[in-house]
Amino acid sequence: MKWIDYATPHSVREAVDVLSEAGGRARVMAGGTDLLVALRAGVYDIDLVVDGKNIPELNEITYDPTNGLTLGAAVPCYKIYGNQAVATAYPGLIDAASLIGGTQIQGRASLGGNLCNATPSADSIPPMIALNGTANIAGPNGNRQVAIEDFCTGVRQNALGSDEILVSLHLPAPVANSGANYIRFIPRNEMDIAVAGAGVSVVLDNGDIKEARVSLASVAPTPLFVQEAGDAIAGKPANDETVRIASGIARDAARPITDMRGTIEFRQHLCEVLTRRALNTAIERAKENN
Amino acid sequence: MATTRDYEPNVVLSNQDYNVVGTRPLRPDGADKVTGRALYGADFAAAGLLSGSVLRSPHAHARIKSIDTSKAEALDGVRAVVTSADFPQGGEGPVVWQRDNVLASDKALYRGHAIAAVAAASPHIAEEAVSLIDVDYEVLTPVTDVQSSMKGDAPILHDSLMTDELGEKADKASNVASHFQHVKGDVKAGFKEADVVIEREFTTKTVHQGYIEPQAATALWNNDGRLHIWCSTQGSFAARDACAKILDIPVSQIRVVPLEIGGGFGGKIDVYLEPVAALLSKKTGTPVKLVMSRADVLQGTGPTPGSYAKIKIGAKKDGTITAAHAYLAMEAGAYPGSPVGAGAMCVLAPYDLENALVDGYDVVVNKPKTAAYRAPGAPNAAFAGEQVIDEVAKAIGMDPIDFRMKNAAKEGTRQVHGPTFPRVGYEEVLEAMKSHPHYNAPLDGPNQGRGVAVGFWFNIGFDSACNIAVNADGTVTLQEGSTDIGGTRASIAMQAAEVLTLPYEKVHPTVVDTDTIGFTAVTGGSRTTFATGWAAYEAAQDVRTKMIDRAAQIWEVDADTVELEDAVFKSKSDPELSMTFAELAGQLGRSGGGITGTAAVSPSGVGGAFAGNIVDVEVDPETGKTEILRFTVVQDAGKAIHPSYVEGQMQGGAVQGIGWALNEEYYMSDSGTMDNVSLLDYRMPTSLDLPMIDTVIVEVANPGHPYGVRGVGEAPIIPPTPAIANAIENAIGTRLFALPMNPAAVAKAVMDK
Repeated sequence: MKWIDYATPHSVREAVDVLSEAGGRARVMAGGTDLLVALRAGVYDIDLVVDGKNIPELNEITYDPTNGLTLGAAVPCYKIYGNQAVATAYPGLIDAASLIGGTQIQGRASLGGNLCNATPSADSIPPMIALNGTANIAGPNGNRQVAIEDFCTGVRQNALGSDEILVSLHLPAPVANSGANYIRFIPRNEMDIAVAGAGVSVVLDNGDIKEARVSLASVAPTPLFVQEAGDAIAGKPANDETVRIASGIARDAARPITDMRGTIEFRQHLCEVLTRRALNTAIERAKENN
Repeated sequence: MATTRDYEPNVVLSNQDYNVVGTRPLRPDGADKVTGRALYGADFAAAGLLSGSVLRSPHAHARIKSIDTSKAEALDGVRAVVTSADFPQGGEGPVVWQRDNVLASDKALYRGHAIAAVAAASPHIAEEAVSLIDVDYEVLTPVTDVQSSMKGDAPILHDSLMTDELGEKADKASNVASHFQHVKGDVKAGFKEADVVIEREFTTKTVHQGYIEPQAATALWNNDGRLHIWCSTQGSFAARDACAKILDIPVSQIRVVPLEIGGGFGGKIDVYLEPVAALLSKKTGTPVKLVMSRADVLQGTGPTPGSYAKIKIGAKKDGTITAAHAYLAMEAGAYPGSPVGAGAMCVLAPYDLENALVDGYDVVVNKPKTAAYRAPGAPNAAFAGEQVIDEVAKAIGMDPIDFRMKNAAKEGTRQVHGPTFPRVGYEEVLEAMKSHPHYNAPLDGPNQGRGVAVGFWFNIGFDSACNIAVNADGTVTLQEGSTDIGGTRASIAMQAAEVLTLPYEKVHPTVVDTDTIGFTAVTGGSRTTFATGWAAYEAAQDVRTKMIDRAAQIWEVDADTVELEDAVFKSKSDPELSMTFAELAGQLGRSGGGITGTAAVSPSGVGGAFAGNIVDVEVDPETGKTEILRFTVVQDAGKAIHPSYVEGQMQGGAVQGIGWALNEEYYMSDSGTMDNVSLLDYRMPTSLDLPMIDTVIVEVANPGHPYGVRGVGEAPIIPPTPAIANAIENAIGTRLFALPMNPAAVAKAVMDK
């Protein structure tokens, strides 16, 4: 392994300057739990690691019931699930934040890093898609917003320009009668990458599905937003049949490959099972959230 | 949890009590290990140490046309580059295979096969230099599974390998190295007598021992011509002798110093890095260290084979097995020598059979040369055999334990491959299973199932040596040559303490190097507590006799009248004459000099071990995921010298068996590459995947050992895969015939039902 330089900018502005100078030969580090492993494995050929831990905006959590949640890109998982207001408002997000890695990893790993790492199996991306999240990106010409479902562009590829940095993630405030859930399937009970995962959210209206969003992990080159699954059940009663319709659409939308973690057939099958189970939990949560 | 406990989870059904044997003292190496002070293979350091790195083949099967090391040699900081051309050449058969496995000569036979190695001033330079070595490969088609490799049109690995077909050499190159048979009675006639005959086919995948410490070796080929090797090994003498053979030098020219070992399970018997480090040190004149990565371990060291089995068993309605045929084919990896022979000895061993036939095939494939792994060959065979036994028992409507009891092998039963069982504890194991609360507890809910299975491992004896010296303060030091992978320093010291009537804490055991102790065979074959324990017993008897003689000399009485009891020497005739062990030890210098005892043994009275499992599972029929709810291991230990470490072996074997059963496999790509080369994707069970494994130690003394010891390390890995398969069948109503029974496979079985 060769020498790599390390920069510690103290502002977003400074970070953007450092990235611009590096001309694409740099990567930003939040917790480093993916990046350092990837560097050792030779996944990236870079000259510079830019540490985001000293940039205030990347390390703040702000939540209020009107404006929703703004989550600095480098905020570690344990601070997310340890924040009572956030945990109460976004149980679907906590599902992911609390199952990524073990306790030690959760002390460093961030949802911003998970998003930028942009693997198909990232556990936090489907729930952020289901919760209508947006990414706040800074570059030389100011800031721009990208919907989470548009952020990943390929396996380990994302929408960031080489001179841009992910500053924060934003989730709108939860509305009444809404619920969300993320579940994944792994062969063991810990220390595994998702064979498939489903992140969903629903809003209920008098026992009917008013709105639903479904997103899948590990079954396409990027985390998959299955808009048609949610659209197809909007206005339908929140019952088993409706849930089956959406989960069937999710199964058909999945475009998995066969690899060491699962076969095409098994992953498609899991999409149906996981979407069904996640929707049932989300509906239960929505009923309790009024 | 599905069930409640109304019993003690760890039970010892003991039949004889001793003072030290059978107690649970602390291990002598414990403090260093829990404080991180213990020196493992990679921890060794020496002045002027160079770092090495190994170039490995990216192809599963390729002819090596040329190797150009000039660019690597020219890199600043590089001190030496070696290839197989640096080894002494010549020879044929096993020595060439062993040498070629360490550094490939004409052909790379698996992905990860070592091709060349570099010694440099730092690991970074060594790694960079390795990337500068140019190898011209002619890539060939690989064959990576046993059934494909046995086909007539399979790519041939070795042009010179001809099948040994029942002792006759074939005249055409083949990947089948040998076919052998064990025959007893007349199976054809036996199957005719049967009311029920069931025949099934099974496959298992390549799996790795998964020891946590990767291989590491440091060599110094000194200017005086002596070669010193510090490594993590299961057998310092085995490593010495293998290096002597590969390097073509006398064994006495090599000293192997065993360091602490972070797991072995059979996988640290063969040498990989040691001869290469030796070559690099010879060229540089300085010590050179080589350390493997996890990917190197998985791709470059011996796993245990993938296999194919066909089992046919016939029985009468009354439960009598009339005939059995086991066809076993196992992958040897790149060079001949799969564990099919051992599998063939074990597959039908629990049964007293009139008519039986075992066919065994040893088959080379483009995967790493297989190495020993805990009861090598037996888990593969038992996965097949014990499922058919379960199915036959069901077909005739008999309880599976009763069915086994009716056909149980016992003292006097002649095994299919010839030997007759001495006293064994199989029936006692079955009785303990049948009467165990676990077997009689109700299951609790749908999709739950219970399975049982048994396994046999023969265990081995071989050579061991031990030295004991008496210290002036009444303690003794004990030197032994068995590297300690399972608490054997404790179990060996305990046997010496028992003979000397000393408390365990007064015996200080040390594992020493090959210059310091007599030849001692590998820590493997479940032999160490049995054979090296026997050496310690004999060495302690030697000390005891000499101490009694000395007491008699001091007292001026006949030695016959002196006895040693509870660490006190007494005269049987004169109650005034009494002296503690420590008092006598303090007088040795003044009364004729110090006392040492020594023994070199090769005990033949090996006691085979039977183990049985009772397993409860719950299957999620939608995801196919199997949860182990409850797991009980019952095993005949002969005598558990240190019951906690016996229980550790039983639990550890069960855990590894659960790994085989549910998730572990080499996931091979079409190009013959193992894709899952990390412990993230090579899925061994974690603590969160396991219940507490309950144990019952049955003690049916082995008449061939002074304390009745049978080996215990290997038998416990044999029954888990079939026990879990039988439990899954009980849960979902359909049987799985291939390992691993991972979620995808179980979900498919449910859907196909």
